[in-house]
Amino acid sequence: MYDPVPPDSPARRIGAWALIAAAVGVAAVAFGYVGGWLAPQRLTPDKLIDQFQDNAGTFAGYRRNHAKGVCVTGYFDSNGRAQAYSTAQVFAPGRTPVVGRFAIPGSNPYAPDSSVPIRSMALRFALANGQQWRTGMNSMPVFPVATPQAFFAQLQAQRPDPATGKPDPTKLAAFFAAHPETAAFRAWAKTAKPSASFATESYWSLNAFVFVDASGKRQPVRWRMTPEATDGDAGSTGGADYLAADLAERLTQGPLRWHLQVTLANPGDPTNDATKTWPDDRRTIDAGTLVLERTEPQDSGPCRDINYDPLILPAGIAASDDPLLPARSAAYADSYLRRTSEEAHLPGSAAPSAETKR
Amino acid sequence: MKAATNTFTLAARVLHWLMAAMILAMLFIGVGMVASVSARHEWLLAIHKPLGIAILILAVVRLAVRLRHPPPPLPADLPVLQKLAALASHWLLYFLMLAMPLIGWAMLSAGGYPVMLGASLRLPPIFPTSPVAFAVLRHLHTGFAMLLFLTFLAHMGAALYHGLIRRDGVLSSMTGRR
Ligand code: HEM
Ligand code: HEM
Ligand code: HEM
Repeated sequence: MYDPVPPDSPARRIGAWALIAAAVGVAAVAFGYVGGWLAPQRLTPDKLIDQFQDNAGTFAGYRRNHAKGVCVTGYFDSNGRAQAYSTAQVFAPGRTPVVGRFAIPGSNPYAPDSSVPIRSMALRFALANGQQWRTGMNSMPVFPVATPQAFFAQLQAQRPDPATGKPDPTKLAAFFAAHPETAAFRAWAKTAKPSASFATESYWSLNAFVFVDASGKRQPVRWRMTPEATDGDAGSTGGADYLAADLAERLTQGPLRWHLQVTLANPGDPTNDATKTWPDDRRTIDAGTLVLERTEPQDSGPCRDINYDPLILPAGIAASDDPLLPARSAAYADSYLRRTSEEAHLPGSAAPSAETKR
Repeated sequence: MKAATNTFTLAARVLHWLMAAMILAMLFIGVGMVASVSARHEWLLAIHKPLGIAILILAVVRLAVRLRHPPPPLPADLPVLQKLAALASHWLLYFLMLAMPLIGWAMLSAGGYPVMLGASLRLPPIFPTSPVAFAVLRHLHTGFAMLLFLTFLAHMGAALYHGLIRRDGVLSSMTGRR
């Protein structure tokens, strides 16, 4: 087998043990650093989601943001016009089934519908080839911040003061002073009123994406859904949950429709900054009609267990260099794991009885 | 040269070192991506899935090689407890290198995600969609990854112990250098 080795000197033995300890130690420390446990200053998905919970409380089983919403189902009817820019099967003429969700931002699933002027639409297109396109859109033309770090700082500034139950105005003012990029959003928010209906709103992708055509050419785009219903008015018919009721009522009269408007960037238009709109003269194509036919409550409907991660994309649509996109993908995954763990009643996950507001 | 009995076959050695690099990379990629909100999260995940499936395929090949060519015997003078530990940890490593990618694949299936290995390459689901199963499998993916890393630390420590302290030919049975 092997030649017996002469016994070692004690010094050599100690040296060998030190080497082994060093090898194991270096591997363990490197792992701890890469995994973030030894790098506490790094912004992680966990920290973002903890901050949502810190601000509003933990509502077991619900999304950590856009917690209040309803499921919808229907289909997308493509007219083929986007096919010149993207090979995604969803843009070939014909229908693609859709499971969607309307919601309002905020972590409290019991918040009154009038508490924020923003509504959201999330969609999952199930393509015939088994690929999927998921998108989450908000009813505003610009996002307040451009980076996940600024988003985190904004969440921290919005944390309610335990004494008043409201965000500390001096902290908010300090945040806005340090983040002039929020100006366009704040100007919009000054005049925005909570709408009485999901059906009359436009929903913007805000983040830029990239369409890829059959020759591999990349075209940066943003999209929005514009409604056919225009009888919108601000303010509500009273109550806290008028949006779901209005939607159900409208759907009894027939399906609701939106047009998918895809805006093509010119070279040089910013794709990494959701606080900036693109000039109005950019070419926009109407790619087809979204037809929503049914609505169901979110606790029993098909949208409950869907993570509307904006980076679940089919071939033909790719992410842009917008830094919010990977942050959303990572944070939504964390939120999804927490809420599914709560549905599964796994040990360590929040129990339904913990639905208390801090 | 008694290479035939003292060392692992060439195929076993190549597979061992190739997969050691791949699996270690996967562990670091995995913990690195879930701790990041930057673009790193995306491109690491884009490597993680196809690399994990490649490990699954290689692990099956490796198991076949292992069953066909038994490994060289451990030194006769190795204490029974250490022999048992070596045997148990090796089978644990084989189990985990098969289980980890299968769990990764199954958890994405259970979460209702399309299992995309590239822009258009998609694997079929291997588990029905279920949020409860997703949560259990996703936690299992983390738990087994930590177990795999700890087993690797012990494995590397033991290999170096054989190579530097006992100098009994176990390390060289895998490096191939005599
Ligand atoms: C870094 C910035 C952002 C963070 C950390 C964040 C965080 C979150 C979280 C945790 C959820 C719940 C996910 C789930 O459990 O399924 C969510 C939902 C949502 N977010 Fe964001 N978000 C960010 C930026 C944006 C932007 C830029 C948009 C713009 C369109 C957006 C639109 C939505 C929509 C529409 C939903 C609801 C999805 C649904 O109905 O399931 N978010 N967000
Ligand atoms: C040898 C194989 C594999 C190893 C060692 C491995 C390791 C890991 C590790 C260490 C994590 C981080 C866990 C945490 O800290 O929570 C992770 C996450 C993950 N892995 Fe794997 N993995 C493997 C195979 C796969 C495969 C084949 C897939 C899918 C096809 C997959 C999909 C994922 C996903 C989706 C995540 C979570 C990403 C997120 O939540 O943002 N893994 N993996
Ligand atoms: C620095 C890294 C590593 C070193 C120095 C190392 C060294 C060795 C040595 C010397 C053996 C032979 C043991 C014997 O004679 O029975 C071995 C076997 C083995 N190694 Fe590693 N290894 C390393 C990393 C890994 C990794 C990352 C894995 C996979 C997870 C792994 C999996 C295995 C397995 C399964 C065996 C058993 C082979 C069999 O008996 O069929 N090794 N390793």
